Amino acid sequence: MKTESRLEKVLASGALAVTSECGPPRGALPEKVREKAGMLRGCVDAINVTDNQTAMVRMSSWAAGILIKQMGLDPVLQMVTRDRNRLAMQADIIGAYSLGINTMLCLSGDHPKFGDHPMAANVHDIDSVQLIQMVVKMRNEGKFQGGKDIDHPPKMFVGAAANPFADPFELRVMRLAKKVKAGADFIQTQCIYNLDKFETWMEGVRQRGLHEKVYILAGITPIKTAGMARYMKNRVPGMDVPDAIVKRMESVPKEQQPEEGIRIAVESIQRLKEVEGVSGFHIMAIEWEEKVPEILEKSGLLPRPEP
Amino acid sequence: MTDIFEPEIVAFCCHYCAYTAADMAGSKRISYPPNVKIIRVPCTGKVDAIHIMKALEKGADGVYVAGCLEGDCHFKTGNLRAAQRVRRVKALLEEIGFDSRRVEMILMSAGMGERFAQTAREFTEKIRELGPNPIRSAIQEQARRAAG
Amino acid sequence: MITAVRKPMEEIIACVSPYDRILLVGCNECVSVCSAGGRKEVALLSSALQMHFLKQGKTIEIREMTLERQCDPEYVEELVNYMDGADAVLSMACGCGVQTIAARFREKPVFPAVNTTFMGASERQGVWSERCQGCGDCVLGITGGICPIARCSKRLLNGPCGGSTKGKCEIDANVDCAWQLIWDRLKALGLEKRIEDVIEAKDWRTSRDGGPRKIVREDLAS
Repeated sequence: MKTESRLEKVLASGALAVTSECGPPRGALPEKVREKAGMLRGCVDAINVTDNQTAMVRMSSWAAGILIKQMGLDPVLQMVTRDRNRLAMQADIIGAYSLGINTMLCLSGDHPKFGDHPMAANVHDIDSVQLIQMVVKMRNEGKFQGGKDIDHPPKMFVGAAANPFADPFELRVMRLAKKVKAGADFIQTQCIYNLDKFETWMEGVRQRGLHEKVYILAGITPIKTAGMARYMKNRVPGMDVPDAIVKRMESVPKEQQPEEGIRIAVESIQRLKEVEGVSGFHIMAIEWEEKVPEILEKSGLLPRPEP
Repeated sequence: MTDIFEPEIVAFCCHYCAYTAADMAGSKRISYPPNVKIIRVPCTGKVDAIHIMKALEKGADGVYVAGCLEGDCHFKTGNLRAAQRVRRVKALLEEIGFDSRRVEMILMSAGMGERFAQTAREFTEKIRELGPNPIRSAIQEQARRAAG
Repeated sequence: MITAVRKPMEEIIACVSPYDRILLVGCNECVSVCSAGGRKEVALLSSALQMHFLKQGKTIEIREMTLERQCDPEYVEELVNYMDGADAVLSMACGCGVQTIAARFREKPVFPAVNTTFMGASERQGVWSERCQGCGDCVLGITGGICPIARCSKRLLNGPCGGSTKGKCEIDANVDCAWQLIWDRLKALGLEKRIEDVIEAKDWRTSRDGGPRKIVREDLAS
């Protein structure tokens, strides 16, 4: 075991792991974090805490993560390279670890253009791959990125994102390989709606044996409404929502659409469970955390193992 | 001094269309206002933004650039370039709070004598309604001072 | 070249309003090529300013000058004879030119009439695009001749990110995804494998982050 991470233990045990996420509030109300995380208690192995997601200012990922930690749950510290340089990132990593956070996810982050501070400087001192390298180096070599020794290095279980649906598709397996090479321990993918394309990607992943080097958690986002399906299809970069999904959501009356969305999510999980190399699921129920237990229950992913 | 405002208008006319059209208007005895002072250019593509600006700066009440119909430019796209420049000048004029309607791009063919005359009449009337170039009095004042 | 665009007239007017005699100085180099601050633009701006003030009943004196290279003290020296006749200088050169004038003529206010924008190349007539950020440690040799620092919106050295869609960047469908271009080019060069090489975190000391930069050529310096 490389770390104390509960997620690592579950994955190492061979069980399908389950993570979910919690977007911190846009204000200083700790209750909001506790409320969201509370809904996930007992259902997931770790809770991702987003880092200024969609480039909107929110409670910091590590602070919200600590609130979650205090509840006896396991946060995954998300960190984007957009907002901080390598000094600030390493400082936050050490700080988070000193308070018991042992799992993180390395991202580049959405461009500020999409958020409420489009006028902000875009830092990107390092990129997501280099962030993986940095955290792994901190853990494995006990060294800062700059090369000096760390007195009591943080031992993070290191995650990265993969988007099997972005362009160019032919590059997507190579890109995963690159993140594995950089030292990623686990991967959480973009929301999967186009299962065929995901399976094609996984085939490429298996051909390279990457599934044996990294745990891949398949990303699932239940769709609430037909409108949301259309929005994601047309407006969200790097998102692949097939027409069939949009049509299926549209085919039921509005009040039944949430139910249909959950049904789709459950069916997806059931199909993806059978895909070799899928080590678990990452459920991103955006502002719909209360449905996560239901989805997991119906997918046969409960109860969670005690590693 | 008279109170009647007679606009002074500068028309940059392409040799291959508007200028010939003006000629035709003349030979057909179609009258157009004497307010319009024609400057013949080999192509409206030759008209630079500064030419239009200088005309206004020196007191012209209106300026128009008359070029060939789309696709008919003797030099392929000179008329389109002129139209783009006119747009740019209009934007600049708006930026300094100067009524950009005093500048226009007009298209016609060499055979359109009547259209030339009509355009000249319409543009003159429009400028007459807009009144004198607002910097005219300043220029006259300057001239008076220069004359001592 | 260094590209620039004229500032809004309102801003320029506000700068020069307190003065009666303006020395308006263009530059024959980059800003001429990108039609922002060459001889022609100087004449146009001069005319527009003249008209604006005339309209308000104010007469100002504008002397137009366009130097060979405004970022070079040797050429800026040419202004020396005109400075006494000017209350302020309005420069249409890039920021380097403005500063060269400001450094040479310390008692004269100098205002920029353009916003210096980027180091770019001409894509076609009238269109310029950013190509270089002057990071001081060129990576073009390993990125297929396409700069991810200047051309990737997140300046990723290990792209593309998940927002690359049909060859375009997530921030704007009119912006090419630099990493798609890099990938296409590496393929054309038969260097696909290279995309898996992790490019290490950059040492930004050679860039602006290391403080203002200077080049001293001992063999040339006087």
